[in-house]
Amino acid sequence: MVRLMTVDRLPEVVVIGAGVVGAACAWYAARAGLRVTVVDRGPVAGGTTGAGEGNILVSDKPAGPELELARLSVRCWRDLADAVEGFEYDPKGGLVVAGSAAALDGLRATASGQRERGVTATEVRPDELHEHEPHLADDLAGGMYYPEDAQVQPAAAAARLLRDARAHGAAVRPNVEVTGVLRSRDGLAGVRTSAGDVPAGAVVNAAGTWGGEIAALAGVDVPVLPRRGFVLVTEPLPPGVVRHKVYAAEYVSDVASDDASLQSSPVIESTAAGPVLLGSSRERVGFNRTLSVPALRRIAAHAVRLFPVLAGADVLRAYRGFRPYCPDHLPVIGPDARCPGLYHACGHEGAGVGLAAATGHVVARALTGHPPGTDPTPFLPERFG
Amino acid sequence: MTTSTYDLAVVGAGPAGMAAAAAAGDAGCRVALVDAAERPGGQFWRHPPGGIDHVRDLHHDVRTFRRLHARVRGTVEHLPGHQVWTVTREDDAFGLHTVRDGAEVVFRARALVLAPGAYDRQLPFPGWDLPGVYTAGGAQALLKEHQVTVGRRVVVGGTGPFLLPVAAGLAERGVNVSGVFEANSPGEWLRRGAGAVPVVRSPRKLAEGAGYAAALARHRIPYRPRHAVVAAHGTDEVTAVTVARLDRSWNELAGSRRRIRCDAVAVGWGFVPRLELPAALGCRTRVDVDGSAVVDVDGLQRSSVPDVYVAGEATGVGGAQWAAVTGEIAGRAAAVRLGFPSSFPASAMRRRRHLRAFATAMHAAHPVRDGWRDRLSDDTVVCRCEEVTAGAVTRAASELGGTDVRSVKLLTRAGMGWCQGRICGDATAGLTAAAAGVDVDPRGHLERPVAVPVPLGTLAADPADASPRDVDVT
Repeated sequence: MVRLMTVDRLPEVVVIGAGVVGAACAWYAARAGLRVTVVDRGPVAGGTTGAGEGNILVSDKPAGPELELARLSVRCWRDLADAVEGFEYDPKGGLVVAGSAAALDGLRATASGQRERGVTATEVRPDELHEHEPHLADDLAGGMYYPEDAQVQPAAAAARLLRDARAHGAAVRPNVEVTGVLRSRDGLAGVRTSAGDVPAGAVVNAAGTWGGEIAALAGVDVPVLPRRGFVLVTEPLPPGVVRHKVYAAEYVSDVASDDASLQSSPVIESTAAGPVLLGSSRERVGFNRTLSVPALRRIAAHAVRLFPVLAGADVLRAYRGFRPYCPDHLPVIGPDARCPGLYHACGHEGAGVGLAAATGHVVARALTGHPPGTDPTPFLPERFG
Repeated sequence: MTTSTYDLAVVGAGPAGMAAAAAAGDAGCRVALVDAAERPGGQFWRHPPGGIDHVRDLHHDVRTFRRLHARVRGTVEHLPGHQVWTVTREDDAFGLHTVRDGAEVVFRARALVLAPGAYDRQLPFPGWDLPGVYTAGGAQALLKEHQVTVGRRVVVGGTGPFLLPVAAGLAERGVNVSGVFEANSPGEWLRRGAGAVPVVRSPRKLAEGAGYAAALARHRIPYRPRHAVVAAHGTDEVTAVTVARLDRSWNELAGSRRRIRCDAVAVGWGFVPRLELPAALGCRTRVDVDGSAVVDVDGLQRSSVPDVYVAGEATGVGGAQWAAVTGEIAGRAAAVRLGFPSSFPASAMRRRRHLRAFATAMHAAHPVRDGWRDRLSDDTVVCRCEEVTAGAVTRAASELGGTDVRSVKLLTRAGMGWCQGRICGDATAGLTAAAAGVDVDPRGHLERPVAVPVPLGTLAADPADASPRDVDVT
């Protein structure tokens, strides 16, 4: 729980990072009545948020702590979309398809565990796939439909949440870089920045892929590393060419893989403006920004395999981002017992947008000393020792 | 898999690329001259299929084109119609990924000369998205390649010496040019500082300028410094423009507005270098005196990436003569690096220095001032592809925390459409910086990992690997 500051008007909480996770933390904290300042060394959504597809998924998470967080986040995002407008929230549902009988068996096993946790997952027979997605390839083994999967425009979500947080008293300071921490006898007492000191009773590390560096400034180890991904963007296509978020069953195993080399599985979805986003690739190559032609080829080939109609669509652009991953593939959320006053909200890998809302909720509950809507223990930073 | 590679691939067959290819070819290199257009010459020597003779009167320095073309013909493999969508660095060579007739063709080369050229800088003004409003370069291209005039009664405006040949060319082909509205006052600038300026040392440049001035006089085209086209009017297409007198900061002088009837407008505000390919390779850039991002090269046209040479406008907008001499030096430097005998004539080095000084003087005389922003209303479209208004861009920067071009693009879609920000990038950057209270960074929007649209099916297919063929003497 955050200590009350005796000096009036000083921020009670400083959030480092104006991506979607930092924005959600700031929003929930401001709505809880805390005085919040958000700093970012760049603009709003300048990091991984700006390179994301905007997925809010329960479908890709097998039963376990991350699924519980995702289920909470689906509900939180629904609330956020009611409270704050303008970020293209679309509960479009997700369709996971299997190319082989073996993949379908895996999908069924995952779905069965998810159903026990309350997730709605409906098997789709091969002959029914076209009712969901008319342009899907016609030689697939079957699929699973998840009506709770949703999508947002991530940069807009971060920006709109922050604007609303400002309306509730938060301050947002882009282009302010954290260079160190302020300490008191009790622990952290704020941050040192390129624009002066920002004293605060609590510091929230929502620095995403760079969260490890912030933790290091505070003297604790949080092993967040970059995992590069590319997204291809097509020309605007007519509505309905791709209706849901569609991805292949292999995606789930790619996410969980510990292999450093290139993994790629098709993830395809349309956007409100018309272009279709095509992912995904995963590589551990540090912060290397070089375009990988093999990665793009694989993404393209996979997309055409699932949606042959896309072969004629022009790719207008490609972008890359660096997912913040932890070795155990779980995010780092909550107070750091090793450093009183420091809270983490980072390391969400490729699920940062989806898990942002629940993360903001959990962090704000911790800051105000209230129990959160899910068990936060698996995400606590102490697990890194 | 291919094991065969070119010694040198030159991208772009304008003045810089032709000169680089010719120089390296003369030295004995096996050179591929890769270009998107069907005929060599680039934008400057653009011409119809029948040859440059058909439009000889519209061109300057055709002799140089012929000389370069003759040199290229003998020694270089010219690969027209290939659009480079990306370039990669591989173990011991570069991979040039191109699209030709919908199929991908990959060329490999030990070294590169990138000579991608530049395109018109555009700035929005109310009505600029009406049919009939052209870029100065677009109007010129239609004339040079297709002998099409953009209208019968045309207003030319913007800033820069390029407006003169555009107006003169249109007039030579019977167009009634209502005036050239130059936002700066280069004459006044010359009078104030001419002694220190090397323009006087460049008789060819003076003659060129005098030629255009004579053409304007012959056709009785008024030349109006410190004037700008501040609005275009019309419902389905442009039928008139408003011009106004400006002060030094490009603020409009009250009561100076005047309406001129016309059926087309050609507007240009200088040029923006094309940096997609150098950026893809990670070449270091800098900001030039005209505010453009350019590739930082040394005296031998070497970029910061080993074996990547850059020539022409991508290293600083400076015109065709400048481009050709930088290309000549780049081609020779690449040849020497590859182990072929060549040399660096002092005359070329001197000429490059003089032309650079001239270009710098021209940039100083034709700056882009902030006043253009004041003519936009909240609903003036800035990004035409995605129909994003000036108001939306400004609000994204001032209210939503989008303090750079990239985040404003994410928040508004400005620059996400077909042109990928080539048209609106500078305007979005200027509006963003003003609203966010930060400095303009022209380097914030030059990365385009996919340099031209590629069909997804093409990307998915295995590309054809192009090994060098026998030299094609065409």
